[in-house]
Amino acid sequence: MSKIYAMYDDDATLLHGAEKLVAKGVHIKDVFSPFPIHGIDPVIGVRKTRLAICAFIYGLTGMSLALIGMYYFMIVDWPMNIGGKPNHYFYQNIPAFIPITFELTVLCTAHGMAITYFLRNKTLPGMKAKNPDPRTTDDKFVMEINTAEAGMEEAALINELKATGAIEINKA
Amino acid sequence: MHVVEAEIREPLILGEKSYNDITEDVCAPIEGKANAMWYFVFGLAGLLALWGVGNILYTVGVGIGVWGLNKTVGWAWDITNFVWWVGIGHAGTLISAVLLLFRQRWRMAINRSAEAMTIFAVMMAALFPGIHMGRIWQAYWVLPLPNQFGSLWPNFNSPLLWDVFAISTYFSVSLVFWYIGLVPDFATVRDRMVKPLPKKIYSILAFGWSGNAKHWNRFEEVSLVLAGLATPLVFSVHSIVSMDFATSVIPGWHTTIFPPYFVAGAVFSGFAMVLTLMLVMRKVLRLEDYLTLKHIEYMNIIVMLTGSMVGVAYLTELFVAWYAGVEYEGYAFMNRATGPYWWAYWSMMTCNVISPQLMWFKKIRRNLVITFILSIIVNIGMWFERFVIIVTSIHRDFLTSSWTQFHPTYVDMGVFLGTIGLFFVLFLLYSRTFPVLALNEVKTILRATGEYGVKGASSHGHDDHAAEVVVEETAAPVVEETPTVEEESTDESSTDEASEEGDNEENKEQE
Repeated sequence: MSKIYAMYDDDATLLHGAEKLVAKGVHIKDVFSPFPIHGIDPVIGVRKTRLAICAFIYGLTGMSLALIGMYYFMIVDWPMNIGGKPNHYFYQNIPAFIPITFELTVLCTAHGMAITYFLRNKTLPGMKAKNPDPRTTDDKFVMEINTAEAGMEEAALINELKATGAIEINKA
Repeated sequence: MHVVEAEIREPLILGEKSYNDITEDVCAPIEGKANAMWYFVFGLAGLLALWGVGNILYTVGVGIGVWGLNKTVGWAWDITNFVWWVGIGHAGTLISAVLLLFRQRWRMAINRSAEAMTIFAVMMAALFPGIHMGRIWQAYWVLPLPNQFGSLWPNFNSPLLWDVFAISTYFSVSLVFWYIGLVPDFATVRDRMVKPLPKKIYSILAFGWSGNAKHWNRFEEVSLVLAGLATPLVFSVHSIVSMDFATSVIPGWHTTIFPPYFVAGAVFSGFAMVLTLMLVMRKVLRLEDYLTLKHIEYMNIIVMLTGSMVGVAYLTELFVAWYAGVEYEGYAFMNRATGPYWWAYWSMMTCNVISPQLMWFKKIRRNLVITFILSIIVNIGMWFERFVIIVTSIHRDFLTSSWTQFHPTYVDMGVFLGTIGLFFVLFLLYSRTFPVLALNEVKTILRATGEYGVKGASSHGHDDHAAEVVVEETAAPVVEETPTVEEESTDESSTDEASEEGDNEENKEQE
């Protein structure tokens, strides 16, 4: 399946171009940019990520882990009597357990989310980058379109892209 | 989408920059060769670090008896240095997390290096409790691991154990937060590298980042959530450090004001260290266009604010010591100010309370030389603060027969100087191998807060054209707030920048 890469030298030009093309029924497969282009996601149909939901679940896991762990260590397995204040009941000890519960919640959320983020992005050490042109991490913005999904002839599409201000058009 | 800042607001990026210019400026130190000065400072720091490592090995081999500690003063330089370094670390997370949540765009020029500083400072900090244990090879005893001692667990009611969890969480979360921001910038460096070996190294570091729309979508979400997590974390860490003291019954330590007082002090010393490093870095790496006088002024204002908070805390402590009517408490503070360590107390007062008040003057806030000197004075003062709190509170305890003085040995000093050396070794290496500015973030604010907007773009070259783009782009579903002139004029203290990316992010959240 052949692809067309249209390069722009400005994020705003690309965003306008994308809006015009989508209005004409062109399906834009992806956009590569050196920084987030705000407002591009709804235009090219990128849905909001659900990473935050994962983060919440990791947070709950961390919190439960901390509370269950401390309940076991301090109340069940080896209750200590420090300064005449014995560890008989969980609820009496809760205030002293808050700091570590908080820390473990943050620890699990942050690391769980980071790992999920890298896995979902398929960005891990040694992975191969997929950006079509090395300049897209510097100052160029590239739109990727599958010619089969373009909804128009290739020549017509190239004309449309040029009209939106693309500075370079490559085929792959 | 791109709101051009009001005229009254100083630009955050000077000069007529294009996106490519930012890349060039930031990658120049990585691609170029270090000059003789860099090697000289690096060598000096390296020697200091080696001396420190030698002293640490000596301590570990012989035991902490080689330090100046005695039966009365069981905590001295080691814990002072620990608290000092952790405090310095606080600025990085504050800049990258708290200022992100407050939409402070000026943070983008300093967050990368401030976070690097945080990570290196926390490393130095973690060293001290480690070697203070004496038998560092048994450091794993602080973790709740199943064991053969009748399954004896660490005491979860103890703030010292809370500290273990707080510091390790803080370190690892800061590292992850920092690295996630670094990945796209490593990709920029990777795509520019020509020589095969550096290219290979940076491709591994860049994790195969491609920068497509979905990547950026997730990137922003992760940054926002991590910032939200790191914000309470940064406050919790120094609060917990302060509880190491506050939950004890030593007069001078047993104070409820400690958590906020320590957090303010930490931010104070952290920003001072950021200033020390940035003032040198902007000059050496030629980043004056990105780390402008305005940035330095903003940081000085934070130093002034937190310094005043610390001053208020000192006075409150004194007042409460008198007002509470507890004679032990009263004596602890009288002893601080007039006892054998009066010089440490008054150095602390001068450096931390009086010197930041100079920042009320705009001329001083924007003077690089004075700022540099003051930033070092503040850090000396903050070291004395911890020394005063720790040593003067315990050197005269309840039993007068055990009253004594603390005299540091050369090992005490060697370890401390060694950590300073090690810190600079790490920071100097960082400054030549890492993108020292958050490239992907700075580029997003170029058009809005750059002096000329974006140059060289095909359709619009100058600021007036950039303004045109704004008008067109309001078609995008973004709720724009037009900042009023009043808001703009109070920009020094205001936290409500109606930034375009801010609004967009909020918009996304609502979706």
